[in-house]
Amino acid sequence: MTGAPADPVPPATAPGGEAAPDDRTAAGPLLDVRGLRTWFFTSGGVVKAVDGVDLTVGRGEVLGLVGESGSGKSVTFLSVMRLVDAPGRIVDGEILFDGRDLRTLSDAEMRDLRGSRIGMIFQQPISSLNPAYRAGFQIAEVFEAHEGLKRKAGWARAKELLARVGIGDAERRARAYPHELSGGQAQRVMIAMALAGHPDLLVADEPTTALDVTIQAQILDLIADLQRDLGTSVVLITHDLGIVAEICDRVAVMYAGQIVEEAPTRPLFLEPKHPYTQGLIGSVPVIGQRRERLAVIPGRVPNLVDLPVACRFAPRCSARVEHGLTQCTEALPALVEVEPGHKVRCFLHSDAVEAVPEVPVEVGRR
Amino acid sequence: MSAEGTPSVGAPATRRDGQERAPLVSARGLVKAFPVRGGAFGQVVGHVRAVDGVDLDIFPGEVLGLVGESGCGKSTLGRLLLGLLPADEGTVLFDGVDVGRARGRELAALRRQMQIVFQDPYSSLDPRATIGDSIAEGLRAHGVPRARREQKVREALELVGLEADHARRYPHQFSGGQRQRVGIARALAVEPRFLVADEPVSALDVSIQSQILNLLRDLQEQLDFTLVFVAHDLAVVEHLCDRVAVMYLGRVVELGTRDQVFGAPLHPYTEALLSAIPVPDPDRPRRRVRLSGEMPSPLHPPSGCRFHTRCPIAVEGVCDTEVPALLPGDDPGHVAECHLRTGAHRDLDPGRAPAAPDA
Amino acid sequence: MAVEEIPLGEQQAGDAEPALQLERGGLWRQALRQTFRKRSAVAGGVILGLLLFIALFAPVIAPYGEREVLIATEGLRPRAEPCIHLSVDWIPDVPVLSRAESFLEANGFSCPSDRPQHLMGLDGNGRDVFSRILYGARTSLVASVGAVGFAVVCGTVLGLVAGFFGGRIDNVVMRVMDVLLAFPALLLAIAIVTARGPGLFNAVLAVSVVTIPVYARVIRSRVLSVREQDFVAADRALGVSNARILVHRVLPNSLTPLVVQATLGMATAVLELAALSFFGLAGDPDTAEWGRMLSVERNQLFTSPHLVFYPGLMIMLNVLAFNLIGDGLRDALDPRLNS
Repeated sequence: MTGAPADPVPPATAPGGEAAPDDRTAAGPLLDVRGLRTWFFTSGGVVKAVDGVDLTVGRGEVLGLVGESGSGKSVTFLSVMRLVDAPGRIVDGEILFDGRDLRTLSDAEMRDLRGSRIGMIFQQPISSLNPAYRAGFQIAEVFEAHEGLKRKAGWARAKELLARVGIGDAERRARAYPHELSGGQAQRVMIAMALAGHPDLLVADEPTTALDVTIQAQILDLIADLQRDLGTSVVLITHDLGIVAEICDRVAVMYAGQIVEEAPTRPLFLEPKHPYTQGLIGSVPVIGQRRERLAVIPGRVPNLVDLPVACRFAPRCSARVEHGLTQCTEALPALVEVEPGHKVRCFLHSDAVEAVPEVPVEVGRR
Repeated sequence: MSAEGTPSVGAPATRRDGQERAPLVSARGLVKAFPVRGGAFGQVVGHVRAVDGVDLDIFPGEVLGLVGESGCGKSTLGRLLLGLLPADEGTVLFDGVDVGRARGRELAALRRQMQIVFQDPYSSLDPRATIGDSIAEGLRAHGVPRARREQKVREALELVGLEADHARRYPHQFSGGQRQRVGIARALAVEPRFLVADEPVSALDVSIQSQILNLLRDLQEQLDFTLVFVAHDLAVVEHLCDRVAVMYLGRVVELGTRDQVFGAPLHPYTEALLSAIPVPDPDRPRRRVRLSGEMPSPLHPPSGCRFHTRCPIAVEGVCDTEVPALLPGDDPGHVAECHLRTGAHRDLDPGRAPAAPDA
Repeated sequence: MAVEEIPLGEQQAGDAEPALQLERGGLWRQALRQTFRKRSAVAGGVILGLLLFIALFAPVIAPYGEREVLIATEGLRPRAEPCIHLSVDWIPDVPVLSRAESFLEANGFSCPSDRPQHLMGLDGNGRDVFSRILYGARTSLVASVGAVGFAVVCGTVLGLVAGFFGGRIDNVVMRVMDVLLAFPALLLAIAIVTARGPGLFNAVLAVSVVTIPVYARVIRSRVLSVREQDFVAADRALGVSNARILVHRVLPNSLTPLVVQATLGMATAVLELAALSFFGLAGDPDTAEWGRMLSVERNQLFTSPHLVFYPGLMIMLNVLAFNLIGDGLRDALDPRLNS
């Protein structure tokens, strides 16, 4: 980065970071996603990967977003980061981050926000790093871009940060290229990069799926430690219920592009209300809990093209058959708070129907 | 523990009938090293000893779990047991026949009795062959006539919960879970006595995993084949297996029944593995044995006990110099490779109650 | 999606999963359909179709024979310019058309109907160029198919053996291929033809030998990756013989890049054959061969451009057709290989 000295501190970080401390405490949640719809316009039809997601992330909160592949959990936060590529597009909804709608920001403003106030780490740490540059340089770049630090100062800060994320011999590791790092070390470097901009929100998309259990435990501990020390809000996107139970304050379960249940961690695991959540929890073998058989959710995740306006889980739902519910296949249940903080989208718990807003046809067409 | 004749590694699981049986598969001193090439001309710069001296007995009708982290050699060991990879040292006896030396008819007969299910449901089926062709291939190799083959393919498909007329379809028309069912059908169509399942669910979605696990369990009970289940997920192994072997850097470091290994692990590595698993139960107290550092490179394994670089209880002067052996603990059939827990230095174990008399 | 009664039993769990794609038929058929979704590939296909048609029906379409010398019979001079009869009976009697006709005629673009028609004129030996161009399609296609076919067969066998068995065999075979590749292809081909004597067969053989390494390498690299796939390991575990695995699993799964390479190779072969015959190394001068026709009349480029233009155009069209189809095939087949 040669242009760094010419660039002063990016203006976008100044009002958010300096001038608005009062707003911050006063305002509600850090992130408030309302009615988010992200659709993919493919040759095979419109894939409604995210279709009406409402979600909040409180300040200093660790939120777990759980779902299987294709549930839209990753796309939801790619949308928040405005990183959805064609043929995908956010077609509807608001993404309020600290009171500002991210959908209205310019690309340049969004870029500044991404490095500084929202950090993101991914599943494949080694391929998420640029193979051509040393690890330390890539972290230093973030400092250069967002704080206008010179090369030397940036490098020194990078080493500090590497030590902070638990990389032993930071001096040497900073000079390593990504392929010389193990998966665990690379993930630590990714975390360091994400934290370099002092983000208010850290989005971790399956951060430990590619790692071994003992390394996974180290990384989870690190994330939890950092979260406690820095007060950063964390969104942990994962398919692993165990991870969620370990470090999350609150959990949202996604299925086929929608949130089907949302609750603080304890109630969600102790009294899951949605049949899908129940099935998911029952289908995972748990250390120390011997069961003769695992619960099975029959069938598979539906194709997200041309879904009927109905409960998306209905075709696989055994509770629907047991209770003889008929409206499941005729209307979409709304996500309703049935107990304090515990929301569920199921006709077993509430008769509320969600009205599906008509997304203008020309929006849907390309 | 009876130790007449050839020493048996780990007692047979007294499963249903309660009497000891001769092992179906017996491995002694297995070593497999892969050359590592490097430099400008791709010369061999070293060897990774993926499996480095493994003794293992597998008894008829049992389900043995083979667990460990990536690079521990569990998949390689699985293939050595099947004779799919030639061992550099050591022998595998299947029902008394040396797998590494079998040729011609003898080998063909062995092949029919030992099968494998793969991890990746996408690369394990020929994309250009129909499902039926893939399943029938093994039957054809063993001289089953065409008409009978078709019948058997249909039976195999129905056995794994697919429809008989799926035989005419191609792999790309199926989902990952369905493909894994086909892979199981292919292995079971030749009616093997011994099956190695190499991480059969780790590539699948959570809700599909339980379908396949239940299926494997049902089939094992129904057909009573011997199953070696290779996995990195301890919870899955606990759910499915009668006995468990824990591997670290090419060696079996602990072996015992499910209750022994999960209930009272001997090896500190097993303890760390067990405590590292996130449990979907918010009320469960976290007592995490935190392992420092990463798995050492198998190219240059540590001296002495291979685990001593990460071990929370390692004793200097013992663990870093002396190589431990797989020795029995207090429970019969429960063996581990640790100086402080099963070896000659039990007195040095910080966690050991001094009152416990030596058995 | 049908939202009827759901099967909740264990055994039916698999059935509840619908097949992902409803497209029927093998991968080849899908690949072909995919290929011709591209407009350029369709264009290539149309050109190739025309060439094939011409080659097949040359004797029917051609007004004269391949070697028929017309000076004695028709009293025309050699290298006569094209004579095209515009006033043909089947052109409808529309004022606009007939006016255009007389305009063209008056300005020398047409020739009077009492002179014999030669669409592309006559060559230096007084033969009808149009007829020779048509017959040339036969020579060109047969020769290039022959050259590529032989190279593909040899290359496939060598690549399969080298890749599948590896070790010493692999080393020996591939080093020989490297040596062949080290020479500029055309020079090597010229050397081969010179050694064996000129002639169409030898030229085809030379072009073929020169390209064997290309196919051997393509196949070998593919075999190396297919060999490591689990479905090959599965067959091994089932006790299937090496030979059967090689023919039944490895070969079919290695063919896709070969098909692309061979199609593109057809274009190269056409060009190289044209070059060889340009140097007079392929076929006798009387055989209608575009490269030869071009070379014989190259000095007449400015006096009788039609003698150089038409053979050149045909070579270009032929090369273009194969390249367009090859590109389309590659785009259609490669993503499948990766997925």
